[in-house]
Amino acid sequence: MWKRDESVKPASGTVTPTGPAVQSQQSSSSASQPEPRPQTGRDVVNIGKSVVIKGELNGSEDLTIEGQVEGKIELKDHVLTIGPNGKIKAQVFAKALIVLGEVHGNVNATDKVEIRDGGSVDGDIVAPRVAIADGAHFRGSVDMQRKGPEAAAKPQAQPRPAAQAAPAAPQTPAAQVAQSASR
Amino acid sequence: MPVAFSDLFTRRRKEEPPEVVDGPGQPTKALDRFLAGLSGRTAPVLLDLGPVVGSNVTFFGQEVGCKILVEDLSKDIDRHVTEGKLDDLPRFFDTRFPQESETIDGILCWDIFDFLDKAAGERLARQLKRVLRPEGMLLAFFATAEPRPATKPTYTKHVVVDRGRLQHKPYTAARAKQRPLLNRDIQRLFEPLRITENFLLKTNLREVLFRKPPKPQADA
Repeated sequence: MWKRDESVKPASGTVTPTGPAVQSQQSSSSASQPEPRPQTGRDVVNIGKSVVIKGELNGSEDLTIEGQVEGKIELKDHVLTIGPNGKIKAQVFAKALIVLGEVHGNVNATDKVEIRDGGSVDGDIVAPRVAIADGAHFRGSVDMQRKGPEAAAKPQAQPRPAAQAAPAAPQTPAAQVAQSASR
Repeated sequence: MPVAFSDLFTRRRKEEPPEVVDGPGQPTKALDRFLAGLSGRTAPVLLDLGPVVGSNVTFFGQEVGCKILVEDLSKDIDRHVTEGKLDDLPRFFDTRFPQESETIDGILCWDIFDFLDKAAGERLARQLKRVLRPEGMLLAFFATAEPRPATKPTYTKHVVVDRGRLQHKPYTAARAKQRPLLNRDIQRLFEPLRITENFLLKTNLREVLFRKPPKPQADA
């Protein structure tokens, strides 16, 4: 037992500066040093249930939203997770979006969009990969850019004709929802 | 107790489920042609009138590289039935599709027309013909057998297994299938679309693939 403690102490001191976030948190609790910053590029920030944000939300780290956001969300190189309690009325731009709550608005993701069981999206999705689970709600359109040499050759060419072909602004699913609600 | 061989076989036959639900899927002939018809287009737009099926969205997105619009009409029918406003359904279809005319390359109707009466079917067909682009494709399934009144009404979720197979997953419906449409009724319903393929499957399902004729070119 005692031997073990002795062996742990010096080890924690050496691990702290280079170790990952979780390890550094453990070492900070045992050591009496001023808190070493546990934050790395992979930290996840959480917006709690009671938080309501109206406006534009920008960030450069992964984000989980359990509260309400209205406006616009931009996390272009990061993962946005809408938790089961999250309610979003916004345009969303992210690397990846995982939906367990509700999203009303158009979604643009450079990597993927996942609507999980119980999740709901009312809006148009543009993403190379889209996964909609059984039990998820979705209303709108999905635009998946085709992968492969053709798409690589003209990455900008595909969305434009689709956008032209798509209904005009008042005809977005959000408008459709409004129409059906008014009926 | 002696049992005759014939008894054994009849018993086994009775025990068989009436319909394979979660099997490897049932064959489809028209889907492959439908996809082939869309494949030559740049960024096609597909309108799906069935419920949202995640794997279908992925399949069509990857297979055709298209933009998919999902407009689940079964929910609309159910809502009209539960609200007792079934008479409003034909009028509802007049404004149901906000898409501009001739903007859709392909329409997947699945078997939605089986659940509509004549008036509603005509109004829906009119809208679909409007939004379909010239040379656009429309795929629809039609039952050929009279619906059994005793059975609980169900819609069918058509899950694409691959280009030649569909999995049919029933789910509860508020309205039963109506009387099956005859061949000539189907043809009239979708005029001026042309039937390019018409398959009657062993499952008594008729798969019909329509194509909208190209616009007549004005002489210079």
